[in-house]
Amino acid sequence: MRALRIDRSVSRFAISRIAASVSTARAAKISSLEHVTIDLPECPGDGWMTLHPLLTGICGSDLALVEGHASPYFEDWVSFPFVPGHEIVGLLEDGTRVVVEPVLGHAARGHKPPRPDAAPADGDDYAHLALPPLKPGIQTGFCCSTGGGWSEQLWVHESQVHRIPDSMSDEAAVLIEPLAGGIHAALMAIRSIAQNEHAAQTTEPVIVVLGAGTMGLAAIAGLRKFAPSAKIIVGARYPVQHRFASTLGATEVVSPDDLARAVRRHTGCHMVGDYLSSGAHATIDAVGNSASVDQCIRLTRPRSTVVLMGMPANVSVDMTGLWHRETKLAGSYTYGTEILPGGRSARTFDLAIELATEIGAERLLSATYRLHEYADALAHAGASGARGDFKIAFDLRPTIKESH
Amino acid sequence: MPRPGFVQEVDRSTPPQLFWRGENFSLEKLPADRSRVIYAPEPHDPIKDIDGAIRHALLNPIDSDPLPELLFPGMKLTIAFDDVSLPLPKMTRPDIRQRVIEAVLDLAADAGVDDVHIIAALALHRRMTEDELRHALGDRVYDAFAPRGTLYQHDAEDPDNLAFLGATPEGEEVEINKRAAESDLLIYVNINLVAMDGGWKSTATGLASYRSLRHHHNPQTLLHSNSLMDQHRSELHKSNWRMGKIMRDNGPKIFQIETTLNNDSFPDPFGFLGKREWEWNARDRATFVASSKALNRTPSSIARKIFHSIEAPHQMTSIQAGEVEAVHKITTENVYKQQIVEVQGQTDILTMGIPYICPYNVNSIMNPILVMCTALGYFFNMYRGKPLVREGGVIIMTHPTPWEFNSVHHPSYIDFFEQVLSETTDGVRMHKEYEKKFAEDDWYRHLYRTGNAYHGVHPFYMWYWGTHAMHHCGRIIIVGGDVRAVRRLGFTPASTLNDALEIASDVVGRTPTITHMRVPPLMIADVK
Repeated sequence: MRALRIDRSVSRFAISRIAASVSTARAAKISSLEHVTIDLPECPGDGWMTLHPLLTGICGSDLALVEGHASPYFEDWVSFPFVPGHEIVGLLEDGTRVVVEPVLGHAARGHKPPRPDAAPADGDDYAHLALPPLKPGIQTGFCCSTGGGWSEQLWVHESQVHRIPDSMSDEAAVLIEPLAGGIHAALMAIRSIAQNEHAAQTTEPVIVVLGAGTMGLAAIAGLRKFAPSAKIIVGARYPVQHRFASTLGATEVVSPDDLARAVRRHTGCHMVGDYLSSGAHATIDAVGNSASVDQCIRLTRPRSTVVLMGMPANVSVDMTGLWHRETKLAGSYTYGTEILPGGRSARTFDLAIELATEIGAERLLSATYRLHEYADALAHAGASGARGDFKIAFDLRPTIKESH
Repeated sequence: MPRPGFVQEVDRSTPPQLFWRGENFSLEKLPADRSRVIYAPEPHDPIKDIDGAIRHALLNPIDSDPLPELLFPGMKLTIAFDDVSLPLPKMTRPDIRQRVIEAVLDLAADAGVDDVHIIAALALHRRMTEDELRHALGDRVYDAFAPRGTLYQHDAEDPDNLAFLGATPEGEEVEINKRAAESDLLIYVNINLVAMDGGWKSTATGLASYRSLRHHHNPQTLLHSNSLMDQHRSELHKSNWRMGKIMRDNGPKIFQIETTLNNDSFPDPFGFLGKREWEWNARDRATFVASSKALNRTPSSIARKIFHSIEAPHQMTSIQAGEVEAVHKITTENVYKQQIVEVQGQTDILTMGIPYICPYNVNSIMNPILVMCTALGYFFNMYRGKPLVREGGVIIMTHPTPWEFNSVHHPSYIDFFEQVLSETTDGVRMHKEYEKKFAEDDWYRHLYRTGNAYHGVHPFYMWYWGTHAMHHCGRIIIVGGDVRAVRRLGFTPASTLNDALEIASDVVGRTPTITHMRVPPLMIADVK
């Protein structure tokens, strides 16, 4: 089968990092990502099924990998060579259309789950992610034992698949995984306010989302759904992001440089130098770099939480403000089982499937490419914001010619 | 003998007209045979013996005892004066306020008065800097009073230093500076640059609190002030006069000193800006070409510094002192004498060049809100009788309208522009939905009280000032402005005057009448 595969090559990672400063397309050509013909890995065991991807998205973490920016942290949590791609809608052998919850959890790896009804990402011990029978891999798309979505076929475990309604298009379904990530970050922010003795009684909490790419928009949609009274203030760079953020429920959308003033307006606090005297009740960083982390700390009121949804890798931040303001930094990796406001629990993916229909998620899919056009696809994904676009995906559906 | 104002009918031989464009200007040709240009009267001759005239006014007041008879040992004397918003441009030293206040202080000293406070009546304007205070009052007054804490600036947000004097039958609360209210005599030193200034507006506005000001600084009042330069047809003035009655009944004794200036606005080498174009000599034309070309190449921040350093040669043409209303009646007549131009009939299109300065950006940036206020709040209102432009007509102004703000002077303007104007340009709606929040914002309050910031509510007032014009006109076009900023204001951008006229034709047809207000120098059109 045809697939895009990435191999471990320290020197190529370094060169890719340099090339990425010129263009993502160049980095893709130089990196160890290759368009190859490979065999499907051996079946990992009971409960595993083959899946034929229809659409697979390109995520920021995929780009970081191609551009050589991924953290060395992942060295021991992935297994090379692997096929990337974890935002997948596809067909099982029996024709059932599903989306994949890509975390390779306890059930998929044959380990005892932390509780009987646990979602793949639940639990507080990650040992199973690096232990046999599978090779290490935090998710499908980072594990050589399963394959990934940037291919014509991969293995998925029954614990990973979610059937989607017939009425939902492939284009909407491919957004479910990022939507789940956004919902998870939104619920973390909402819970942090509820658990904060200084903010819990606030009826109209101010929540900031910095960044309005696909993930930022997903977080905005999640916040609007689960915290309807919140004032959602968004820092967005591009005009199209402004429009979408407003459509999805942002109270106010401004350029990132104007965010401090906007938050100040809504909270009525002072500006003291570069910091707000108070600030947002919670902040979601949907960018993930030094400047964004730094800015989020400045925008967040003392003793409140910054949720890091964008993968930050190595950052350099003056932590004095964090120390003085007793700010909490909380990572927001994926999804799992959520406790909703009101106490009900639900699987994040189930919430995301509902939300995808409610918001017309297919609007966020901006372009698709065939697998062999991967350099153009990655270049487009790397510049999607500037080009007025959001999610870019590989289209793996058979063409008319191929189906004949 | 200065020549009166003049209306020039434009024909094919008429030279192009000067249009201000912020810190620059251009010459524009208006369509022949249906355009006219209004020129202000030439500067009236100033009083030759200014100090003598001041002393004469103090000793021979109108409807009042002479000032020396109002002064006595042990009394509390407060002198309030108009702030940095007047005059425009700032006048060459000595400022007229310095000369008047020094004369008052001499009389106070003669009378053995030693409890004297001097207060800048800035209402909700920004606090003046030390340099600005020294310029207005002179070093002698500044050094004698400021170090002892007896020269200071009115703080409309200091509850401990405000006094409630009562309410009018219409429910307008009168709350003014406590020291002024509790004084045995309040002397107000005014500069009456436009007919809107002076009278009870000096004390009832300059020394008032937000609680008091909100009763007349609102969209309804300003919508029915037609015009602001015509006191008897201005709800703003009627409200101030009603408040004045409360002050007269319950407040301190007031001795009003009002002055008028001629409209000699620009010194050499900018003297040509005050001249009529067909009277420009070779040197004027050369200066225009050289300065406009140089300004085109000059960064706006430097051009701004150059223009704001201009000190105008305007001088005092009258001074009257005594009872507030009697004084103001004569002052207004004197302003009209200098500024009135008789104009026959209204126009379809009113054009105006917006200069670099207005009352609220002295030593600062003319931000988009102030561009609007200068054009629609001030220039549009420079009429008596009927507006120059007909109802449903078009205003075309020229100004770069940069999306730029002075964050020290205008912090709440930035948020007003970002938040309020992105939601609505309707003054009534913003008054209802946003004004209170801005007015009571603790940060703006802090910056107003301790820094050099306009009060949080001030951009709303600027917007309300333009309410009458916005309701009256069918379209407002800005030529040469930042397109995004112009659209944020709710106006139409145009790149050239010809484009603007083309755009205006949608509203007023293909052959509209056009009137160009050649301001500054300031004028009032008496529209018949």
